[in-house]
Amino acid sequence: MDLTTSYLGLSLKNPVVASAGPLNRHLDNLLHLQDCGAGAVVLPSIFEEQIEREQEIFDALIDHGADSFSEALSYFPAQTAYAYDTGQHLALIENAAASLAIPVIASLNGTTANGWVDYARDIEQAGAAAIELNIFFIPSDATESGLDVEARYVDVVRAVSSTVKIPVSVKIGPYFSSPGHMAGELTEAGAKGLAMFNRFYEPDIDPATLTVRPDIQLSNAYEMRLPLLWIGVLAGRTPASLAATTGVETPEDVVKYLLAGADVVMTTSSLLRHGIDHMRVLVDGLTDWLSSRGLNSPADIRGRMSHANVDNPEAYERANYIKVLQDFDGL
Amino acid sequence: MADVNEVQATMDGNSAVAHVAYRVNEVCSIYPITPSSPMAELADEWTSHGLTNIWGNVPVIQEMQSEGGAAGAVHGALQAGALTTTFTASQGLLLMLPNMFKIAGELTPSVFHVAARSVATQALSIFGDHSDVMAIRPTGFAMLASNSVQEAHDMALVAQAATLKSRVPFVHFFDGFRTSHEVNTLTLVPDETIRAMIDDEAVKAHRARALNPENPFVRGTAQNPDVFFQGREAANPFHLAVPGIVADAMEQFDALTGRHYKLFDYFGAPDAERVIVVMGSGAEVVRETVGHLVAHSEKVGVIIVRLFRPFSVEHLLSALPETCRAIAVLDRTKEPGATGEPLYLDVVSAIMRAGRETMPKVVGGRYGLSSKDFDPAQAKAVFDELKKPEPRNGFTVGIKDDVTFSSLDVDASYATEPDDAVRAVFYGLGADGTVGANKNSVKIIAEDSGRYAQGYFVYDSHKSGAQTVSHLRFGPNPIRSPYLIRSANFVACHQFHFLEKIDVLRLAAPGATFLLNSPYGLDEVWEHLPRSVQEQIIAKKLKFHVIDASTAAREVGLKNRTNTVLQTCFFALSGVLPHDEAIAAIKQAISKSYGRKGKRIVEQNWAAVDGALARLHEVKVPAEPSSRFERPPIVPDTAPDFVRRVTARMMEGLGDEIAVSAMPVDGTFPSGTAAWEKRNVAEEVPVWRQDLCIQCGQCSFVCPHSVIRAKYYDEAQLDGAPASFKSAPVNARGYPDVQFSLQFYVEDCTGCGLCVEACPAQSAVEPGIKAINLEEKAGLVAAERENIAFFEGLPVNDRARVDFANVRGVQFLEPLFEFSGACAGCGETPYVKLLSQLFGDRLMVANATGCSSIYGGNLPVTPWTKNAEGRGPAWSNSLFEDNAEFGLGFRLAADKHLEIARDLLCQMADAVGPDLVTAILDAPQISESEIRRQRERVAELKTKLLALKGNATAEYLLSVVDHLVRRSVWIVGGDGWAYDIGYGGLDHVLASGRNVNILVMDTEVYSNTGGQASKATPLGAIAKFAAAGKRTARKDLALQAIAYGNVYVAQVAMGANPQQTLQAFREAEAWEGTSLILAYSHCIAHGYDLRKGLSQQDKAVASGYWPLLRYDPALRGVGEAPFRLDSPRPTLPFKDYAYNELRYSALAASRPDKAAALLGEAQQAIRDKYHSYEEFARMDAGPNPSEVMGAARKL
Repeated sequence: MDLTTSYLGLSLKNPVVASAGPLNRHLDNLLHLQDCGAGAVVLPSIFEEQIEREQEIFDALIDHGADSFSEALSYFPAQTAYAYDTGQHLALIENAAASLAIPVIASLNGTTANGWVDYARDIEQAGAAAIELNIFFIPSDATESGLDVEARYVDVVRAVSSTVKIPVSVKIGPYFSSPGHMAGELTEAGAKGLAMFNRFYEPDIDPATLTVRPDIQLSNAYEMRLPLLWIGVLAGRTPASLAATTGVETPEDVVKYLLAGADVVMTTSSLLRHGIDHMRVLVDGLTDWLSSRGLNSPADIRGRMSHANVDNPEAYERANYIKVLQDFDGL
Repeated sequence: MADVNEVQATMDGNSAVAHVAYRVNEVCSIYPITPSSPMAELADEWTSHGLTNIWGNVPVIQEMQSEGGAAGAVHGALQAGALTTTFTASQGLLLMLPNMFKIAGELTPSVFHVAARSVATQALSIFGDHSDVMAIRPTGFAMLASNSVQEAHDMALVAQAATLKSRVPFVHFFDGFRTSHEVNTLTLVPDETIRAMIDDEAVKAHRARALNPENPFVRGTAQNPDVFFQGREAANPFHLAVPGIVADAMEQFDALTGRHYKLFDYFGAPDAERVIVVMGSGAEVVRETVGHLVAHSEKVGVIIVRLFRPFSVEHLLSALPETCRAIAVLDRTKEPGATGEPLYLDVVSAIMRAGRETMPKVVGGRYGLSSKDFDPAQAKAVFDELKKPEPRNGFTVGIKDDVTFSSLDVDASYATEPDDAVRAVFYGLGADGTVGANKNSVKIIAEDSGRYAQGYFVYDSHKSGAQTVSHLRFGPNPIRSPYLIRSANFVACHQFHFLEKIDVLRLAAPGATFLLNSPYGLDEVWEHLPRSVQEQIIAKKLKFHVIDASTAAREVGLKNRTNTVLQTCFFALSGVLPHDEAIAAIKQAISKSYGRKGKRIVEQNWAAVDGALARLHEVKVPAEPSSRFERPPIVPDTAPDFVRRVTARMMEGLGDEIAVSAMPVDGTFPSGTAAWEKRNVAEEVPVWRQDLCIQCGQCSFVCPHSVIRAKYYDEAQLDGAPASFKSAPVNARGYPDVQFSLQFYVEDCTGCGLCVEACPAQSAVEPGIKAINLEEKAGLVAAERENIAFFEGLPVNDRARVDFANVRGVQFLEPLFEFSGACAGCGETPYVKLLSQLFGDRLMVANATGCSSIYGGNLPVTPWTKNAEGRGPAWSNSLFEDNAEFGLGFRLAADKHLEIARDLLCQMADAVGPDLVTAILDAPQISESEIRRQRERVAELKTKLLALKGNATAEYLLSVVDHLVRRSVWIVGGDGWAYDIGYGGLDHVLASGRNVNILVMDTEVYSNTGGQASKATPLGAIAKFAAAGKRTARKDLALQAIAYGNVYVAQVAMGANPQQTLQAFREAEAWEGTSLILAYSHCIAHGYDLRKGLSQQDKAVASGYWPLLRYDPALRGVGEAPFRLDSPRPTLPFKDYAYNELRYSALAASRPDKAAALLGEAQQAIRDKYHSYEEFARMDAGPNPSEVMGAARKL
């Protein structure tokens, strides 16, 4: 059995990747993931906005009350002021890259043009094998057109890709008028891979307190339908590597994504739900599935069920919808 | 010759001294005290970063429980052979005295670095004079004085070299604040020079003398009359050798650095006839004056004293010109009853020994007590006095003494400052970054441009909304002038509203530049200036510039942080640096200062620099003033006489002009003056939505500044209410036609928002709207003034009819602690206020030095006040270390006088009526109504006694009769006092069984001195003196007190459970024994927005970090176990509480592994602690705890 997979030009020992999540903040966990067979790890995002915000708060708190009262010209040791920066993130990249044999992919969420480029450069210097751009952007400005939004994505990818030598992938959301076209634009701009899809922050409303509250849910298997669709549509049509990221719970889910055409399959929620050892379940399950069918490699199934390869590609299109409705009517 | 490696730097005196002290010691034993604390803080920080001394090892820093403890540890470390130092001042130095006698008596080399500060007398003062160092004269320590930042740096090394050579320990001292906190340009002594000055043979000899079991001996014997005297004299040769050794060290230093010093340095005319002898920073003032006078052909000179002890007559006389005929010796201390102050007496003695044919006249005088500014005009006044045939002796200079007429007249117009220096004065708020920016400017100019700079910063005494005045000098030559700027050629006012509060142009020189941060533009600003400001601009021909710095800062995302914008304007207008060079230097400094804080902050500040000048405009000044309004009087005419004559002057910044006759002779001040100081520091204030309010009282309960008042009253009394006055029907049953009002004292509010956070009443349909909401204050003030006046006219609710037992009732009790200068959102003052509400009219407070003594008693105004009957808390502060004993003394006196009163009352039974006597003697005095009835009886008694004119017993009884009303004695302070310096006394008082109540407001650090670790500081938090994170758990003072068995103990957190807090206060007071309340107090030193203080308190309890508990010994009497755990089992991980606070999260950010380890330990400690508390609580097998028993039953 040879599970070797190429992703972003990197050679992975298998196509199951631990995507960016809280478990991946700790080197011990990363080593554990590697031991459990992960093909690669994606580290938690460097969030430019969060770093800047934390710096701002930190700065304000350090200075709060300073130089105001004769007996207490400050309230913290003077050297406290260096605390929040990217140092911790970069140190994790550096340690992980040095300690792990599998590729370490860093994730970046920027807010400013300079932020994307500067942090990407830092990430490359820290030793990451690749960068995944976590473009997490909600166009809440209703005057901004779809074209403008798309241009933003393309600009970021182009700027980062032209700055670093390591491969760059983009984690995108599904909400483009034409994700396929968008994939082409991003690839054109330098993206070597597409991770589908990003799950956006979807706040809830508390009717008792009349407040908006952040409420992040882990993904579930049902949510994999949308990425499955688009990976199926894009597989074989784009030079970019494809990573499937949502709703992976079982080895069968891994297989489904591979059949649709994903190069790698990523998961966080299942690891949070079942523990890091679940990685072994996924990898072993994939192996079992392949061997039970006398197959030797994921390559044997990759894209077999893609839009390009199925006998009835329209099943990925409107006909599929019609069939579902018809079945429903028949109940 | 000068060292080629010399580095020019700017720093303050404390840093300059610590730089050397750290490098030449192995052990630093420390304790915080203003103004010396920064030396110890730096040493701790350097250790945490692994900085080494000149021998390549990292010194050990040990914080102790007091200065007495610090000195003890120094003594021990010295005896064990380590090179050891400490840093202290004032009371701290006095606490070291016993050990200092020992250390000197044993000829042990060490240097104590002292930022000299006033010793508390009629009042505490944190500021500088020599009263502390003068108290150590008999110890045998050598005393070396420094006059400037550079000298403090240099003499720290000279002292170390000399102590090692001589074996005599040294106190190296310099003026607190004036030198310790002045930022100035200096040349650093390179490490190799330090190395060269320290004789390793002397170090080895010190170690060889150490206690060592390999070479045992006994040191510290007890001696008898036969030999003690001789033993004392045996050390004489060592002390006699000191002057020569110090002179040699100074010469060696000169050879290495090119800086010349002598034991007594003379400057002035070689043929001077009049000479001033002085030491400390004042010497630099006299030196500058002498330079000026000599240039005008006056025959004057100054002798600057450096080595004060041992006093070398020989060196003094050799410095004194033969031509001298009159000497004035200036002492920065006062020794009541002596024939003169110490330096004066030494000089007189020395001159007597000189045996010159013509003896000069020697007079002495006092100057500069408690950092009273001492300037060349005063120095000249002294020289002028010496011109007189019979110059006054025992004079004062710098004040107006119209009682004993000691003061010299001073010609305030006399000035000596060179024309080539820029003198700039900046008025700002503590929160606006003015001081920080000015410190930065000093660095920019002095470190990068080869110029010289000096910065000195004056703060008012409030912790919130404090005004700052920065005095900056820049020039091509070293700046020595250690006095405030009298005539500024640049004045900046960074807060527009100051124009209506203080005379900001008082110091502006003719032709000066005036920069005003104004919300009004170029065309509008003139009409918004008070008339006197316009007049001064015109009369002094000021170049007037305005900038809207707030808008400029907001434009680049800096919110209200205007410092960079205003700093840029200063550089542009002052011309201190060429324009382009200045801009480049500011940007470079921004990168340096903010680099660690992130790219965005750097870029925003750069943008602020670029944008500032576009908004800076010169105003064309009209020929005539046109303003129709004037700066309003600081207090209204209705204020009491003392407030108008004295308090208001201080509030206005003109306290220096108050004459001696206006001052109380014994430090006694009237209560309740804070109410006259409408500081208007909040931009947003609470506004009441009476339609949503449930009248629960939570808001007023938590208000740190007592600005939320509640009353209920008959509806008919609303007649004549202002239109904007708000009221609502009382929502309790059985009160028809009764209205309820909440009134906000908006001009006293700090806008902290705790009330909004505490408010549980939220609109069901309007998101984010509660019964209290913060709104912009500007448009509310006028109406609220009227409302407050109306509200104050409503009757005060009868205390006997108020339910003290719940938070809702407490809001109707008048606070007798109001409008303090504490930090906005302070976590301590709500407890203090509660104390004043519950027991204020019979309350005596002994207040430990610390935050609570400062916001409680720092002039100009005091928040402790009295009610309409003239009753209120009697408050006093003794010291930091003795507060428990001080308060116990209150009880002892009260008990004794009560005993006398009861005894005399019995004797007077026939004269005043036996029924009255019996009623008074047997009166229960627990509930408010009982107290009220006792007051009525005592009033009746007084009337009867007063009628018995000439009856000696009656008159004697009258002198103690007030004690017949039960007094409530409270001992109040912070954790620095209770856990550390005052713990011995506190423990003794706990053991005494006396009826005193101890309230510890536990902020878990020394808050008042800037957040140094105490034994209450939690495991895993950073603090000053624990820069690398505290490694040990906090002391469980509650359990220690419980161990006595007869002490009422409660641990409370108002934000988590106000009802439990209230219950604990009342039970503690009712317990006729000793009580201890530990009150969780959120604090600015915890590092988060204090608006969230209450929810953090809640989390502290929910995490089990701060369990709520009460231990009531009275419950034993009814067969119950006395320990009650009032909070549920932990429901929150410690991390979810702790990491909201910078004191924990900073360590997690900077040293994540270490923080994680400490966090794990802390969580485990919480589990263990809670487990043992539960075990303890389980011993209660009695009835349901809700059946309130014990002390509470009496309430």
